[in-house]
Amino acid sequence: MSANGYEAALSRITSVRGVRGAMVVAGADGLVVAEQLMEGIKGAAVAALAASLATRLGRAMEAGGVGTGVFWHLQAERGALLVVPARSGMLVVAVAEPGVNAGLARLELLRAAESVA
Amino acid sequence: MADDIKQLSAQLAQDPHSLVFLRLGELLRQKRQLEVAQRVATNGLERHPHLADAHDLLARIQADRHDYEHAFDEWDMTLRIAPGHTGALKGLAFLYFKVGDLTQAESHLREAKKYDPEDPAVDQAIAMVRGGAPAAEPSPPTAPVPLSPEVSEPLPEERIFAGLEGAHEGLLLVDASGQVLGGALRSADGQDATQAVAAYLAGVSQEAGRTAKLLHLGGWMGLSAEGPQGNVHLTAPTSDALLLVVRDRSVPMGRLAVIAQRAALIARRWLERQA
Repeated sequence: MSANGYEAALSRITSVRGVRGAMVVAGADGLVVAEQLMEGIKGAAVAALAASLATRLGRAMEAGGVGTGVFWHLQAERGALLVVPARSGMLVVAVAEPGVNAGLARLELLRAAESVA
Repeated sequence: MADDIKQLSAQLAQDPHSLVFLRLGELLRQKRQLEVAQRVATNGLERHPHLADAHDLLARIQADRHDYEHAFDEWDMTLRIAPGHTGALKGLAFLYFKVGDLTQAESHLREAKKYDPEDPAVDQAIAMVRGGAPAAEPSPPTAPVPLSPEVSEPLPEERIFAGLEGAHEGLLLVDASGQVLGGALRSADGQDATQAVAAYLAGVSQEAGRTAKLLHLGGWMGLSAEGPQGNVHLTAPTSDALLLVVRDRSVPMGRLAVIAQRAALIARRWLERQA
């Protein structure tokens, strides 16, 4: 996929009200492939942790018999992290404010994951 | 009783909007025809969604079917519609008793007594909750109050979530190092997945906390995930414990979070009692 393709996919995610940034991360090593983040968000570190979290949660889910995750939502006091894995092994990640429409953000993440697959 | 059921069924067939479904549902419940009783109650509720007695009827049927989670919801709804509904107050007392929350059980029974001071079953149940009553008779069918002696004993570890849907196959409480404190998980093929999942959870919690901190999001409150065969919700009832709730995909993520909150409350109380 071209850089422009990633940018377009991420733009759709960041256009959802309450989304502070989005990125595409290589799931295996946690490296940033593309990002559109608000200033102050450490993309590389977030990518590494999101990939690690996704891996660990994925193992727990597989052990529990529910299969590999298709959408993860970390809820915190002042915001949220939303993750959708693409078929290629990449992760599409969004950082959001607490009041984000998680359903809409999820749809855009799934759409982006299809396009980066 | 069989004739009554036939007669009431005929009446209901003639007038589907009739409130006769309340008596019919109750009779069917007493006859232990619980599936049919639930169908009657559910159909009645569709026509009378704001009728407190209809929610109470459905809750009693669900309690009889050991579907305590939905029974809780229905009795909760009953009280929202009719705050002094003694049937719902006694029903909730029964459910709290089942999970070992004696304070809430007694509080609901006392509330019921305010509205129905002459009901001897309430006094008996209060005495039972306080542990001072002699072995009591089984709970009457119309008022499932906590009268079963065996459940007044302290809850053993495996019964932390007793009364909650999926207590033995879809709820897991572990400590910070991934040691199982209570509950159990079964995979879709029926295999015990408790230990395998517990071993991974401590790492998940650590990464969730680090990620939230790095993003200046404050403390993490929950982690939900959708899988092809089910949905999960992870939360931390206390700073050194983790609770995982697993359900099939028919349970929406929002409802799963509510189930997790309820289970976390029970887990927190249980952990406090162990301290």
